[in-house]
Amino acid sequence: MALLSFERKYRVRGGTLIGGDLFDFWVGPFYVGFFGLTTAFFAGLGTALMAYGAALGPTWNIWRISIAPPDLSYGLGLAPLAEGGLWQVITICAIGAFVSWALREVEICRKLGIGYHVPFAFGVAIFAYVTLVVFRPMLLGAWGHGFPYGIFSHLDWVSNVGYQYLHFHYNPAHMLAVSLFFTTTLALSLHGGLILSAANPGRDGTLYNNPNEVKTPEYEDTFFRDIIGYSVGTLGIHRLGLVLALNAGFWSAVCIIISGPLWNKGWPEWWNWWLDLPIWS
Amino acid sequence: MKLWIPFAAAGAVFVGAAVLFGADWDFPPIDSTQVGFRGTGMVVTQDRGEQAALRLANVPPPPPYEADPEGDRAGDIYENVQILGHLSDDQFNQFMASITEWVAPEQGCAYCHNEENMASDEVYTKVVSRRMIEMTQHVNEDWQAHVAQTGVTCYTCHRGEPVPANVWSRNLGPGQKGRAVGWRNGQNIVSKEAGNTSLPSNALESYLLEDKAIRVHSLTALPNGTNQTTTKETEETWALMMHMSEGLGVGCVACHNSRAFNDWDQSPPQRVTAWHGIRMARELNQTYMTPLEPVFPANRKGPEGDVLKVSCATCHNGVQKPLYGVSMLQDYVDSLGTKTSTGVPDYNTYVPGETQVLKPAQTSSLEPVSGMGDAEKALASAD
Repeated sequence: MALLSFERKYRVRGGTLIGGDLFDFWVGPFYVGFFGLTTAFFAGLGTALMAYGAALGPTWNIWRISIAPPDLSYGLGLAPLAEGGLWQVITICAIGAFVSWALREVEICRKLGIGYHVPFAFGVAIFAYVTLVVFRPMLLGAWGHGFPYGIFSHLDWVSNVGYQYLHFHYNPAHMLAVSLFFTTTLALSLHGGLILSAANPGRDGTLYNNPNEVKTPEYEDTFFRDIIGYSVGTLGIHRLGLVLALNAGFWSAVCIIISGPLWNKGWPEWWNWWLDLPIWS
Repeated sequence: MKLWIPFAAAGAVFVGAAVLFGADWDFPPIDSTQVGFRGTGMVVTQDRGEQAALRLANVPPPPPYEADPEGDRAGDIYENVQILGHLSDDQFNQFMASITEWVAPEQGCAYCHNEENMASDEVYTKVVSRRMIEMTQHVNEDWQAHVAQTGVTCYTCHRGEPVPANVWSRNLGPGQKGRAVGWRNGQNIVSKEAGNTSLPSNALESYLLEDKAIRVHSLTALPNGTNQTTTKETEETWALMMHMSEGLGVGCVACHNSRAFNDWDQSPPQRVTAWHGIRMARELNQTYMTPLEPVFPANRKGPEGDVLKVSCATCHNGVQKPLYGVSMLQDYVDSLGTKTSTGVPDYNTYVPGETQVLKPAQTSSLEPVSGMGDAEKALASAD
């Protein structure tokens, strides 16, 4: 990939967290840095171990390959490789790769002198993953509570863990997370639609009486003021989008970490506090 | 005016407090049991503190004293002993002491007996108790697929209460069918029997009294027209399943792998025990509870006038193995271990306060060996 003429301007040295100038270089379009190397190391090792785990397993069917965590009887100890130990090492690799990737993003942000919004947002996704495979298993006392690494098998795990609490739709944090996921897509689709409607004029200028010109944000704001009386604005819609999306991930983490460590009955029963409010009971 | 801010803040504080302090949160340590292959999520988690409290609440009382099985038979000493006549005098009285502790510890003997004439059947509770003892014998002898050798006693359900805590009766929900307002078609209200969900509230009648099919699961990935079950019928089976889970204090995965609820091969073996349990509860309601309807006074019936009935929770009381698997029956094998009579009296003829002896038209021929002479034994086997 050729370097575009203006890109060179932004490829400045410095901003690294570790390693100084040593790893401060690019390979083609990709910034490397110390954390680029650790990302490659952990991702490569983890993927190789998953291939090894698949080779130990009964199938090469990509849908059905599964690297399962150890039996609960191993508690928070180490398990033999073929009996969940692989899952443990792969988990370490995954966290290593994810965190390295986030820190590489931080280094790039520092080079550019921009905010850390992207690595922070990615950090929330990492937090959700670590909640599933580290925090919750530690609170429950066994690595076996982590989810298995497999396309179908992790879905089966989600289903069974949900049904352990009878009806997961009654989990209040799950309700919030699901609502936020839906709201995120709603906000994104409204935003995408609005930008295209203003910035993508018709081809020949005859469509919608459009004199073939890109409209300003004033048009976008007016559109929303006309239909709902308020426009969040050009910067605001991105703040809103980020807040919605990060909350979706955050409350997903909350909904699973309270299932088990803080709640072991059916989730419908949790709402007894509502039924028992002194207003009507 | 930004009045909404203090209002919103106050609302948030109240709801937050209700959620934090009103909900019955657990805290680690949590005990978990693996019931399937590792990594499948087939795990039952239970709060350790709550389980310890439940265990304390489920310690069965020991027998009041050890009864001497020798001596004269109760049937020869006392009048109108229809089903426990084969016990020794000592066993009989020990059993009466036990059943008082199990069922009516505060009310005492007079809860079932006219104390002037203990033999009389004029107190309705005595007629009911006799039938319930027969039911217990029946469960212990004929439903070992569900209760195994552990068996049940009166205490399994009663726990020192004349009416067991977890019984049910017909629940048609609010409103009247055909009226536009207020009628909810038996769902969409908090259903106590369905684990406080909004699932259909009268599901127990469909499955634990009637024998409505629970098999609503489609066997193909895509609909092919063979499964005609409606959504509400499916939700009714969920209501039953919620009830079973709540009654046993477990989640769905105690008996099912949720990737294929219907598939026996993927289910934990507990599902077989539960399958027998559903049939057992149904049979007990059909054969023992419902026929007693004429005997019970109105205040011992449900709002729809039907008799109070048995569900999974009646025995289990929130524990997977009632009384944590301790067999009380082993101390009462002679009285409750086997059926001692057949035949059912005509309960429609019962008049409380008057009926002195309510007996089956055909008298019992199932007296156990201990109480019978050779001639009677020959007669019994000839039947």
